[in-house]
Amino acid sequence: MSAVADTHAQAHHHGPASGITRWLFTTNHKDIGTMYLVFSFTMFLLGGTMAMVIRAELFQPGLQIVQPEFFNQMTTMHGLIMVFGAVMPAFVGLANWMLPLMIGAPDMALPRMNNWSFWLLPCAFLILVSTLFMSGGAPNFGWTFYAPLSTTYGPPSTTFFIFAVHIMGISSIMGAINVIATILNLRAPGMTLMKMPLFVWTWLITAFLLIAVMPVLAGVVTMMLMDINFGTSFFDASGGGDPVLFQHVFWFFGHPEVYIMILPAFGAVSHIIPAFSRKRLFGYASMVYAVGAIALLSFIVWAHHMFTVGVPIAGQLFFMYATMLIAVPTGVKVFNWVATMFRGSLTFEAPMLFAVAFVILFTIGGFSGLMLAIAPADFQYHDTYFVVAHFHYVLVPGAIFGIFASAYFWLPKWTGHMYDETLAKTHFWLSFIGMNLAFFPMHFLGLAGMPRRIPDYALQFADFNMVSSIGAFMFGATQLLFLAIVIKCVRGGEKAAAKPWEGAEGLEWTVPSPAPYHTFATPPEVK
Amino acid sequence: MATNQTYYVPEQSKWPIIATVGLGLTLYGVASIMVNGSQGESTAGSWALFWIGALIMAYMLFGWFGNVIRESRAGLYSPQMDRSFRWGMSWFIFSEVMFFAAFFGALFYARVFAVPWLGGEGDRGSSNMLWEGFQATWPLLNNPDPQAYPAPKDIIGPWGLPLINTVLLVTSSFTVTVAHHALKADNRKKLKIWLAATIVLALAFLVLQGEEYVHAYQELDLTLQSGIYGSTFFMLTGFHGAHVMLGTLMLIIMLVRIQKGHFSAEKHFGFEAASWYWHFVDVVWLGLFVFVYVL
Repeated sequence: MSAVADTHAQAHHHGPASGITRWLFTTNHKDIGTMYLVFSFTMFLLGGTMAMVIRAELFQPGLQIVQPEFFNQMTTMHGLIMVFGAVMPAFVGLANWMLPLMIGAPDMALPRMNNWSFWLLPCAFLILVSTLFMSGGAPNFGWTFYAPLSTTYGPPSTTFFIFAVHIMGISSIMGAINVIATILNLRAPGMTLMKMPLFVWTWLITAFLLIAVMPVLAGVVTMMLMDINFGTSFFDASGGGDPVLFQHVFWFFGHPEVYIMILPAFGAVSHIIPAFSRKRLFGYASMVYAVGAIALLSFIVWAHHMFTVGVPIAGQLFFMYATMLIAVPTGVKVFNWVATMFRGSLTFEAPMLFAVAFVILFTIGGFSGLMLAIAPADFQYHDTYFVVAHFHYVLVPGAIFGIFASAYFWLPKWTGHMYDETLAKTHFWLSFIGMNLAFFPMHFLGLAGMPRRIPDYALQFADFNMVSSIGAFMFGATQLLFLAIVIKCVRGGEKAAAKPWEGAEGLEWTVPSPAPYHTFATPPEVK
Repeated sequence: MATNQTYYVPEQSKWPIIATVGLGLTLYGVASIMVNGSQGESTAGSWALFWIGALIMAYMLFGWFGNVIRESRAGLYSPQMDRSFRWGMSWFIFSEVMFFAAFFGALFYARVFAVPWLGGEGDRGSSNMLWEGFQATWPLLNNPDPQAYPAPKDIIGPWGLPLINTVLLVTSSFTVTVAHHALKADNRKKLKIWLAATIVLALAFLVLQGEEYVHAYQELDLTLQSGIYGSTFFMLTGFHGAHVMLGTLMLIIMLVRIQKGHFSAEKHFGFEAASWYWHFVDVVWLGLFVFVYVL
């Protein structure tokens, strides 16, 4: 017993361990947060490279660079890697770094499990990426892996893909349990629920969504596994099953999943806009209720992804109206952000630029979502580039700009240095222009009837595709600048004060920059 | 909310990374057994990977849980840490509920929508184009394409083994609660007797469930391959059975720990977590009994 007590006593006296074991064995939320963020950016570059392959192929009509089989693998892997490898881990990394600092806790509630949650991700993606080198190639059925395309007609590597998804799911569920336990149990004395920072609130709700739907994803891939390898007929009508069943179960996971990828960004933006407007957030309580409402509604809208597969008319109407309801709480949030900026003393440092672009461009993505929610109109848009434009508008200037805004906002806290503001603004403007060039023409392509997930297209789509590809190359190349900015900031730069942004509020700004290895060993008092 | 005390943050740990390697090798092994097997290739190497992974996992489970138990018995865990474990276990059980919800959802969808539609209900009439004369019934004893999915001769009736199993599991939920009360009253002898009784009931359930599967496969031709009825039946009862096995293992470990003198009348969250899990598998069974066997 004494050995245990001794190691425990030491833990409070030293900083990080040296060498690789620091990262392999760590229980420190800051180390784990850093690993999540580095992993996420690595996956962002890998998934981005695949997007470049896709855009290079689509630069001109006709088959130029890759074969259709490989093109399909690229679209599939790009989607899977960006969703599960880039966006989700980035938010978990931000949560790991910031939640304990924001609520005055010394660490996450279950630090060893936290480490396991992280390390399962490289393991899962090693398996997933290895499918590219297997006979028959990687999964080629789109990131939504609809049956029977993925069961009856999928490549042999589908089984490996299924187990990779299982490992990601285990990682996400454990990470989410950790977040909830931390928020519910480790808040500083005096921090009541309605005093919690919004990033904490949004992550609490996101974690609930993760625990509710990741097991459903595990369920649907398990049914696939059984259909492929053990002769069950869940998704085969000749045995009494139904391929549409796959879509129902998948989208019961899939729709909350898209909110999992945006709610933490809502939270971060709700810190950044007040900080650079030098005003308190407008309508804190309504922001909390709006996030709660969005999360609850996300469970009853899934079939709006499936209007064209033959859902009964009553179902179509229900899912159409339920989907439109989501615009109400989302509108509350957008108006609150705008009202926060109204008559504020605004300055436009990089985090604010990304946050303002987030509000405007995410709203465009939200509006195209409303168009898609109209069942009769969706029959026209379904599976066209309009859908691709829609979800890239909510994911790129939504989730990813939210992540960039957060990164610039908190980099001084993480590294103790200010980042290079000029380079960061360059990063913003190139990303902003590149991203709009890449995705805005896709609206027109989709409305004109260009289907998604094809390597070749009719000649009338050529001009917009070329513009889109140029924008995509610009956006892709710009992200290397972000890497350079972060490396530069880690290695040096102007010393950051404990609170580098004059308008910022919260416990994270009461600790020095860079945040010491151990913070809040004794909880602070919140008034 | 935190009380004003210093927190316990554990020292670096080697277990998570060992767990990652173990789980990764196990699942990679399982996947390549399936893929190589279906392509007629040798699976020896895949099995080796699987077993190495499984052994690492077993080593990790003993090591990691052993570590936590030692820390707990050394008195390092505050009431706050105890609450973290409670939240952790509660939300884990919620995630398990959602896992089963996916399979129950599949069952309901098949019964209420997919099979009747295949039988021509509504304005679709898909069966008349694909499988003429297909009659929609539940339990589905005639598949749309009997060549691909031979139908079972019969199904397992609810009032034989399943009823006995229901009685066994419900009783075991009571016995584990009696054991818990005995632990709270610090009556160790009563605790051991009632916990042992729970484990006997659990093992009896598993034996009978095994018997039911043998009966289904050998006499009724009710298999995983016999269409959507067999698929949902074995998926739901199979995953439930696997969870009963895990729960039984937890209870056995609790009994061993009690024999070693672990737990006190006030601090015994390990035991409580195992009993929560046990009640959870019991409740899932009640859902199964009603929706899979009776209705």
